[in-house]
Amino acid sequence: MDLLAIIRIATRTLARNKMRSVLTMMGIIIGVAAVIAMLGVGQGARQTMQEQIQAMGSNLLFVGAGTVTRSGMHMGWGSTKTLIYDDMLAIMRECPAAQSVAPGSSSSGQVVFGNDNWATRLNGTEPQYFDIRSWPFQEGSSFTQNDVEMSANVAVIGETVRKNLFGTTDPVGQTLRINNLPFRVTGVLTPKGTSAAMGDDQDDIILIPLTTLQKKITGQPWLRWIMVSAVSRQASYAAQQQIAGLLRDRHRIRTGDDDDFFVRNLADMADVADQAGQVMTLLLASIASVSLIVGGIGIMNIMLVSVTERTREIGLRMAVGATEGDVQQQFLIEAVVLSLMGGTAGILFGLSASYVITKTLSWPVLVSPVVILIAVVFSMAVGVFFGFYPARKAAQLDPIEALRYE
Amino acid sequence: MVTTSQTETTNTGMKGAQPVILVQEVHKYYELGETRVHALRGVSIEIARGEFVAIMGASGGGKSTFMNILGCLDKPSAGRYLLEGIEVSSLSIKELATIRNHKLGFVFQGFNLLSRTTALENVELPTLYARISKAEGEKRSREALALVGLADRISHFPSQLSGGQQQRVAIARALVNRPSILLADEPTGNLDSRTSVEIMDIFQKLNDDGLTVVLVTHEPDIAQYAKRGIQFRDGKIRRDERTENQPRASEVIKHLPSLED
Repeated sequence: MDLLAIIRIATRTLARNKMRSVLTMMGIIIGVAAVIAMLGVGQGARQTMQEQIQAMGSNLLFVGAGTVTRSGMHMGWGSTKTLIYDDMLAIMRECPAAQSVAPGSSSSGQVVFGNDNWATRLNGTEPQYFDIRSWPFQEGSSFTQNDVEMSANVAVIGETVRKNLFGTTDPVGQTLRINNLPFRVTGVLTPKGTSAAMGDDQDDIILIPLTTLQKKITGQPWLRWIMVSAVSRQASYAAQQQIAGLLRDRHRIRTGDDDDFFVRNLADMADVADQAGQVMTLLLASIASVSLIVGGIGIMNIMLVSVTERTREIGLRMAVGATEGDVQQQFLIEAVVLSLMGGTAGILFGLSASYVITKTLSWPVLVSPVVILIAVVFSMAVGVFFGFYPARKAAQLDPIEALRYE
Repeated sequence: MVTTSQTETTNTGMKGAQPVILVQEVHKYYELGETRVHALRGVSIEIARGEFVAIMGASGGGKSTFMNILGCLDKPSAGRYLLEGIEVSSLSIKELATIRNHKLGFVFQGFNLLSRTTALENVELPTLYARISKAEGEKRSREALALVGLADRISHFPSQLSGGQQQRVAIARALVNRPSILLADEPTGNLDSRTSVEIMDIFQKLNDDGLTVVLVTHEPDIAQYAKRGIQFRDGKIRRDERTENQPRASEVIKHLPSLED
């Protein structure tokens, strides 16, 4: 009996019990669709994360004030007071791989405009910060170096702050109050969205001159961070080493002692985020694949019912010359046809689902052909694995008993 | 109704006076827990080509067991069974399946047609397991259906056919691979008396054309159409004799009231 004939017979047999066949396939359909959607969404998320990190500037380095442990107490990020403005100048002067630098310190502030108020992050920095982070303005412009020198009360606001405080009002030139001090808004930044790597809203921010923050709000003369852009992406690793060496020297840290600062390279962060994304994707896909196994059990169940129902048919086929192998093949192929049809439908559903999800989140749709191929092979394997036992059972029926079966 | 094509095919492979079926001292026991059931206790039979044999006996007499052995669905526990000179007891399960496919045609009491499958596809079933092409299988199936007078019913489903017509589809299915022997197990058990005679008419005509027919029945009326009657009791043959001037089914039908009346 040739394979094509068996497949034709199997398809026809399944078509006779349409409802049952579709319900049986449902397990595989859902399983495959879930795996494809999860892999698609996971890949899309990873891609988006990478793009966002790229957008932050792939040659960006972040120098943060480190943690100190005092009398056994771990003080947390930024608890050291050793990172200072002169460190920044030294980096600019002595690290050839560093192209430009911006100092910064952070606080939080209660912001009031009219009847609205909003609590947000307050960062003090210098105008080159916006270039380093390649963050353009949607309205107005940055405060100037002059504003920094004068410790002027001027502020640049992020999109989230604008939305919450100003609504339809044009914020540029308006005066808002930060911690009860009046600030004139010079510009509004373009929205950057939620950072995929950290998960926080990057637009919920107000930036003011560093000196203003240090003198009028925190009263702390040290820095919390320094943003550095390397001359190129390749140079960012060299820059990282140069900065680390320089700061260890300047902070007189002996060999073997812990640094009181840290240098993050965005290329590193991209790797970390990528790994996290990959783990997440695999986790989601493996959860989804559990439903594939459940679908397989469904197929096995229905095939067992089918073998019992068709006992007489099996007896008859054997009486007219079907060998055990013929019978086994017939039932096995029926199971595989079921699971493959389910798999194909699942791929279609999975593709549309991942398309809808990624479109909603405006991520790129990424379902590789390899994933589809794996889905096809996997659903076929499920059919073979879970169809084998029922088929074996059918093949081992005694034709005499089977013919007499009522 | 019966064409000559059947004659040509069933007579091929005839080798002198060799019997089609040669059964020597066949025993069959079943182990049922502690007890051993002795279903056949030394049966010896020779059936020549072209015979029409009726096997009779009360249930439990061993005739079904004997039929299963003749049909290569079961093997004897002891003794020899030669089908066209082939020692069947020494064959593997797979070889038995091939023998059933090539040399035997089965007709059952309950017809055993696949429902929701057309008459033609039912008849084609044995050809699927034979080494012949799909086209050849379909051609032979159409011929076999024409032979039993159902040429105009090939696309009907079993549920659309009467009992007699269903049994004729089953006979066509049994003939499609051009077997050496037609084995019929109570073929008229589910049919009314007129239809039963019609079926016997088909068997007689096939036999006229040279086909060996072995029929199991417990109805003496039916057995009388065969040329030879074998009586089973308690696992042994009690009687084996020629039937004297058996009636022609085609003649009997003429004197039966028609169902349409």
